Amino acid sequence: MLFRTRRSRFLLWLAFGVLFGVVIAAPLAMVGLAAVAGTWNGVLPAEYTARHLADAASGDALASALVSVQTGLVASLAAVLVGTWAALAVRSAPRPVRRVVDTLLHLPVAVPSVVVGLSLLVAFSQPPLALNGTRWIVLVAHLVIVLPFGYGVVSGALDRADPALAEVAASLGAPPALVLWRVRLPLLAPALSASASLSLALSMGEVGATVMLYPPDWRTLPVSVFAQADRGEVFLAAASTVVLLGLTLVGLLTLGLAKGRAAER
Amino acid sequence: MSAPAVELRGVSVHFGRTVALRELDLTVGRGEALALLGPSGSGKSTALKAVAGFVRPHTGRVLLSGEDVTDLPPHRRGLGVVVQNYALFPHMRVADNVAFGLRARRMPRRQVEERVSEVLSMVGMADYRRRFPRELSGGQQQRVAIARALAIRPPVLLLDEPLSALDAALREEMLAELLRLRGELPDTALVYVTHDQGEALALADRIAVMRDARLVEVGPTDQLYHRPRTEFTASFLGAANLLPVEVVAAPGDGPATVRLAGAEFRAEPTGGPVAAGARAALGVRPHRVEVRTDGGMPARLLAVQWRGTGFRLDLELDGGTPLRAEVSSVDGLPPVGARVGVSIPDGCPLVTTGAGG
Repeated sequence: MLFRTRRSRFLLWLAFGVLFGVVIAAPLAMVGLAAVAGTWNGVLPAEYTARHLADAASGDALASALVSVQTGLVASLAAVLVGTWAALAVRSAPRPVRRVVDTLLHLPVAVPSVVVGLSLLVAFSQPPLALNGTRWIVLVAHLVIVLPFGYGVVSGALDRADPALAEVAASLGAPPALVLWRVRLPLLAPALSASASLSLALSMGEVGATVMLYPPDWRTLPVSVFAQADRGEVFLAAASTVVLLGLTLVGLLTLGLAKGRAAER
Repeated sequence: MSAPAVELRGVSVHFGRTVALRELDLTVGRGEALALLGPSGSGKSTALKAVAGFVRPHTGRVLLSGEDVTDLPPHRRGLGVVVQNYALFPHMRVADNVAFGLRARRMPRRQVEERVSEVLSMVGMADYRRRFPRELSGGQQQRVAIARALAIRPPVLLLDEPLSALDAALREEMLAELLRLRGELPDTALVYVTHDQGEALALADRIAVMRDARLVEVGPTDQLYHRPRTEFTASFLGAANLLPVEVVAAPGDGPATVRLAGAEFRAEPTGGPVAAGARAALGVRPHRVEVRTDGGMPARLLAVQWRGTGFRLDLELDGGTPLRAEVSSVDGLPPVGARVGVSIPDGCPLVTTGAGG
């Protein structure tokens, strides 16, 4: 350990505290304050109100929040399903195929979300797949963006898994489907939950591709926040952000509980 | 005569460009215990995996009870497999681990219960059925793994280095346990992969010695130990000294006379006929070497190691040939560095140099 003395450890914590405070805690606290601010001219708001939060939890803003939740759930569920399937499938493929597929699946990480949005727009604006203007194009975009993470988490867990478990299960007379269902997937449960959490968090916050693609009836909360801030309704935007944070947190906690239970076994 | 329990015909296994197993021909009789013995990378585990169906032979056929199973997946072969790290399903209790194969066969619930109790009692783990694998010690996990493999009443039990993850005392205990199980299951053939000659000698009826993806030699345990045909077998099974000797006389069948450092001995040509004047290797087990203060062949004592039950001596014969000896006592021996006399008994196996690699 490099920091042995009381003084050096104190300095280390101080540095951490300042960094954490300035970079993470302070902006979040400001958003929290702005969400309940009536007027704000000095260092702190002059008066407080719950009006913005009430606005953010009703009408268009509420509809937007529900859209985000649905998009997040569908995209993360699809990412876990497709990602897990892909991770399992590439392991039985020849090595060169595996390497190519692995690279392709990770490609969207390297591509800015705006590019994903534009390319989907170009690709799906013409028949036979004219998805442009429907909610489906938003869901597809979210899936493309979160899939690499959903796949990566499961793939990493599979790399660490002991192949002997599946082999022994097969030797005991279990056909591949049974081995998958009774041995491989239960052992992957913590990874599946982690994969879902990451996908959900990313999808709930996605704005770059969505803003290029969303139809009027499928506007996600981050896009609404963007629009509110753009119109100058900063306090409403802050309140919407608090709602977004709350919803994401609830989703992650739920998945975290599921993960804890899976890891216990 | 019924077909052998396991038969490998010219089985080769390739991993990419690496050849893991080369043209292996091997049979295991019904109820027979065969040890696959060799250093790591010798192909012994690969041979076992080919029998189990975990790897696909590049060429050759695998037969179980006379039936060609080369194209059958592992779950259609009905073999019991125990691997080095036990591979117990960590998310299942002991009883569910053992019941796994029975449930996969859709055995009725009551019969599953009965069979699980039966095999768990057989390995002395009946009191642990509700435990999870992580709550068991290494030896207990090993017992459960064996019970799980035996539950499906396999005609063949494949064991891949089953004791190598255990400490020395536990290894002895499990070895005795396996011997006892063998007695209880006279019809179950056993294929036992190990790099430990002690385990192979204790458990096996026959031993197949492997090296560099090839079968070097296969034969009944005592024959392989006392009459090895190759240098490799002589040194790997029983850690024999391989002394370079010159054949003085070779009457054909019967003992040959060989010369080493001026002394002559009679030796058994176990590696096939030798001709007078040829170079060969005399396999001398360390415990058969006698070390005295004088007389016999002159040698120098290089080092003494106490091994608890006895002493291991490193010697060098005049002429530079190294020699290991094991003696029960060093009383009366001169100190390290001094000159001693060494004698080697008649009747040691004589193998041709270079045979078997």
